Amino acid sequence: MAEPLLDLRELQTHFQTFGGLVKAVDGVSFNVKAGEIVGLVGESGGGKSVIGFSILGLVDPPGRIAGGEIRFDGRDISKLGEREMRNVRGRDIAMVFQDPMTSLNPVYTIGRQMDEVLRLHTNLDEAARRIRCIRMLEDVGISGAESRLDAYPHQFSGGMRQRVVIAIALLAGSRLIIADEPTTALDVTVQSQILKLMRRQVQETGAAMILITHDLAVVSEMADRVVVLYCGKVVERGLTEEVIRSPAHPYTRGLLDSIPRITDRQRRLRQIPGTVPDIRTLGAGCSFRGRCAHAQPLCAERSPELAPVRGSLDAACHFPLQETL
Amino acid sequence: MQRLLSSEFVHNYRHNIPAVLGSLLVLAFAFLAIFGPLLVWQDPYDVSQLELMDSFKPPVWLEGGHPRYLLGTDGQGRDVLASIIYGARISAFIGIAAMACSCVIGTILGLISGYYGGMLDAVIMRVADIQLSFPSMLIALFLMSAFGNGIGMILIALTAVGWVVYARTVRGSTLSEIQKEYIQAARVAGLSDTEIIRRHVLPNVLTPLIVVSTIQVGSFILIEASLSFLGVGVPITEPSLGLLVKEGFDVLFSGIWWTSAFPGLFIMFLVFGINLFGDFLRDELNPRLR
Repeated sequence: MAEPLLDLRELQTHFQTFGGLVKAVDGVSFNVKAGEIVGLVGESGGGKSVIGFSILGLVDPPGRIAGGEIRFDGRDISKLGEREMRNVRGRDIAMVFQDPMTSLNPVYTIGRQMDEVLRLHTNLDEAARRIRCIRMLEDVGISGAESRLDAYPHQFSGGMRQRVVIAIALLAGSRLIIADEPTTALDVTVQSQILKLMRRQVQETGAAMILITHDLAVVSEMADRVVVLYCGKVVERGLTEEVIRSPAHPYTRGLLDSIPRITDRQRRLRQIPGTVPDIRTLGAGCSFRGRCAHAQPLCAERSPELAPVRGSLDAACHFPLQETL
Repeated sequence: MQRLLSSEFVHNYRHNIPAVLGSLLVLAFAFLAIFGPLLVWQDPYDVSQLELMDSFKPPVWLEGGHPRYLLGTDGQGRDVLASIIYGARISAFIGIAAMACSCVIGTILGLISGYYGGMLDAVIMRVADIQLSFPSMLIALFLMSAFGNGIGMILIALTAVGWVVYARTVRGSTLSEIQKEYIQAARVAGLSDTEIIRRHVLPNVLTPLIVVSTIQVGSFILIEASLSFLGVGVPITEPSLGLLVKEGFDVLFSGIWWTSAFPGLFIMFLVFGINLFGDFLRDELNPRLR
């Protein structure tokens, strides 16, 4: 099997705060192959976005990458200098952000913002760059692309802007796209259009995508594989289908139980009791034990390691669930 | 052009009488400062054109006035109107140049402060705080009396006083801009910090600067006039409006009021016009006041 495009090995990203050391990302390992969409799921504060920024080397102080490797295309990019990293950003790895309202600069036309990426990362001349921008806008479903190049971001609706943002991310032919909650700020109808668009683009260009979201429904629609994060650790990972059908970790199960299902209208939605614990005061043991219905004395003593459960599923749980939903 | 004329900005401007009045005043003064020397018959600083016999002539509508000297003459027979026009050029130059200098320096420091934060930010902003705890007149007066006078020195003194406003304004808007995702997006696209500051942050923090700059020109003209009046401003060879007031002030109690009153009125209306227009810009461009 070919080497994965991106291979995270025991990534540690820590923030030194006044209240103590926050291990926002604590030994996370997963990989992404070319042409694949990997969903990164977890609730707010679970370290999802920090992983995205760690990959790009954009963790702001007081945060820093404290350990582990980020192997992209065979080399560890976490050790690259700022200058080399700037070439990786935008050209090899692009990012789509959550809020399309603020992710475009209001004072420039979108044509100019698209052109900036191309000028930075390609050797194309002005005419060729313009043609490429128009093509890309057409690809993401913006009609009248040529005239829209001279429009300003405020002349677009939210969904249209997110299309532009995606166009910019795809423009330089990046091989990995990190989409950080790309549809959270959009209407549900626009959401599914954008998701379809991203999926199609990934398939057509053969790029890989990391889809960061808190929405398991989005993941089940989009991702080939899922990585579930809790308190900076991977608690479960595997093929999307298996994770959705028979989650092994109680946390994943809890997330799935909190999604309404159209076939099961009688069922009350169950929520996960409690809130995410303070990551600074976790101590030994499983960090989910306080909210877990299946917790045993062992869970407080020893922190569970990520281990194969069945099929493609790996889970970090002493007592993995066996049932199928 | 059609779009500009039908815009909300122009509409609001037309219906704002103080703004129209202010900008007309500013335009009139600008016209006088640029073309004034062509309109008056005398260059008051060319000694060969002076007529000592005509000294202390009152304005034309008073007894003893002469139609050649509309606003009268001073002790050397200089036409007061001509002196004002030549003086206004110097005052306006100092006001605008000092505004430009402090704008550039203050903006750069504000951008650095807001974008990088940390120690750099702390140092720049504490210096600004310390400076703001003194009246700006006092600082300018101190600098001028310590390091001598001249137009260059005035510019330095006014810049030292004026950069703070820009730095604080720019820092504030920078802090709110860099929260937005397009700055993150620019970093993700592989732009360097200097490119991001220049191409993405700067254009987005410029609007408040227009307002600050308008008001600053007015206050710089006033500070310069005060300094010159106190005798630490421009040299006697390049008399600004403030220096004209001072020269006239010496003979004010001999009943010769016109040599100081007219330059004084001129300063008043000039700064009044600038402030009226500045207030209008502030109301228009500041989204919080709408």
